[in-house]
Amino acid sequence: MKLLASRLADLLVVLVGVSVITFLMIRLIPGDAVAIMLGANTEVTPEKIAELRARLGLDQPLVSQYFQWLGGVLSGDLGVSIWTRRPVSQEIGAHIRPTVQLAAMALVFGAGLAVPLGVLMARWRGNRMNALLQIGTVAGLTIPSFWLGIMMILLLSAVAPEAQVLGYVPFTEAPLESLKRLALPAFALALPILANLARLVRSAMLDALAQDYVRTARAKGVSEASVFFKHALRNALIPFVTSLGIMTGYLLGGAIVVEQVFAIPGLGRLVLGAIAERNYPLVQAVVLVVTVTFVGVNFLVDLLYAAIDPRVRP
Amino acid sequence: MSGKRPRSGLQLFASGLTLVVLLAAFLGPELLARDPLAQSVLTRLKGPSATHWLGTDQFGRDILVRILHGMRASLTISAVAVFTALAVGGTLGLVAAYYRGWTDRVLMRLMDMLFAFPVMLLAIGIIAMLGPGGGPTAIAIAVVYTPIFARLMRGPALVLVESDFVESARAVGASDARIIFRHILPNLASVILVQTSLLLSAAILVEASLSFLGLGTQPPRPSLGMMLAEGRNFLMLSPWSAIFSGLAILIVAFALNLLGDALRDALDPRLRGER
Repeated sequence: MKLLASRLADLLVVLVGVSVITFLMIRLIPGDAVAIMLGANTEVTPEKIAELRARLGLDQPLVSQYFQWLGGVLSGDLGVSIWTRRPVSQEIGAHIRPTVQLAAMALVFGAGLAVPLGVLMARWRGNRMNALLQIGTVAGLTIPSFWLGIMMILLLSAVAPEAQVLGYVPFTEAPLESLKRLALPAFALALPILANLARLVRSAMLDALAQDYVRTARAKGVSEASVFFKHALRNALIPFVTSLGIMTGYLLGGAIVVEQVFAIPGLGRLVLGAIAERNYPLVQAVVLVVTVTFVGVNFLVDLLYAAIDPRVRP
Repeated sequence: MSGKRPRSGLQLFASGLTLVVLLAAFLGPELLARDPLAQSVLTRLKGPSATHWLGTDQFGRDILVRILHGMRASLTISAVAVFTALAVGGTLGLVAAYYRGWTDRVLMRLMDMLFAFPVMLLAIGIIAMLGPGGGPTAIAIAVVYTPIFARLMRGPALVLVESDFVESARAVGASDARIIFRHILPNLASVILVQTSLLLSAAILVEASLSFLGLGTQPPRPSLGMMLAEGRNFLMLSPWSAIFSGLAILIVAFALNLLGDALRDALDPRLRGER
């Protein structure tokens, strides 16, 4: 309980910090933000500037602006899109599902394949094998996912020209088609984390296999398979679980890029559109929503970690 | 440092590849001495040939020449960003470790807050506000990597602060700044070397992603991500620009990452052997 309380306090501090940074982001705009925003679509007149400034609350002192904004955010009001005048939360709601589904599928691919691959890799040892594995995993880590996606599209157009690989089908409408359509982008997005996690599992397995409890188990006459999977793997999974949280940050950011390759109407399209028309409040809201999601996932992973690792248990 | 241990083939390979990449990026454009912006209507979207080794793009510009210039731009932006992050974040991490107590708590909490943002998203947010371009890209990456360097430096620095030589430096009346930068910092050289190399590799990928999204270096100046985005529009007609520009991103990031890995194996005695 004490642990939970201190974790919650940490979480609160970070969330406040995130909100302040996100709020201040709009101050980075060089010059008159309102004139720049208006300049994207209409003629700029002093009246229009004053009107938008008042609408965005920019005519008030900074601190009260922050609390007003925060109060809105906490009650689910992320502001109003400056061009469409639709609530920002609605715009995000309309675009968030493909991104989250893509990131989740990539996580399942990456994490799911990493465990067997890492275990398998732990069995391949020796100098030459180590070097090959190192080269292989580094290549997996550094293949740009958006390029991999484009190359897969190119390859598929040669092998199976009639295959439909672009776009998005909502999961609720046609679950199978939805999963099929996102399989390629999810794989492209997952490859770096697959490489990263497989390497992590391998080295954790090798560490665990060198521990005393493994030697004890072997001495007891426990079968090799049981030593490998029951004793070593369980302990090797602890660092694996901890890094899953960090991976979601990469996945959510990477999804925005991969979406562009596969013409998926997710947050990437929303945020790039918002940048093009200088819809700063929308950009701000997307950054906030995704970051809070990321922080939340990490918090859950932290708790999960405490649950599986007896050493952290209070 | 590892005088007794013979250099492994992997370390040689990683250093050699990095050297080739750097030479190609910084000498290549001079050696080829062709204009990356020169257009030619007659040779649009051609495949590799004797005159254009990697083919031409939709304006008849030479892909190889543009890739070399793009590599130089990517490496420059990433290097400026990573070294800025190292200077700022590294200093903050050292200061936090040295003074501990409240200084440490406040500084590292601030870093935690920045660290809470997904890398790509914070970078996009910053560029959205500053406007697209190479400069804003460098600033965005520097901000995103600052907390990473702060954390990387603080950990080992905490151990060093406790050590005898810091104690004796203090005893002879060395100033705080002198102890931090003259006594503690040099002992972190291997951490810095390894992490700078790894983060440079990661920065190359972030820079390429941003310019792929149209937020980085603006056309007509060549950048690898932008070339890939443009090449994608002509993928079925002539895939060469997309294939080679992406391959170039991969090679640069791969070389730097493998170098970081090899350096870590060589410099960190704890990790020597298995793995």
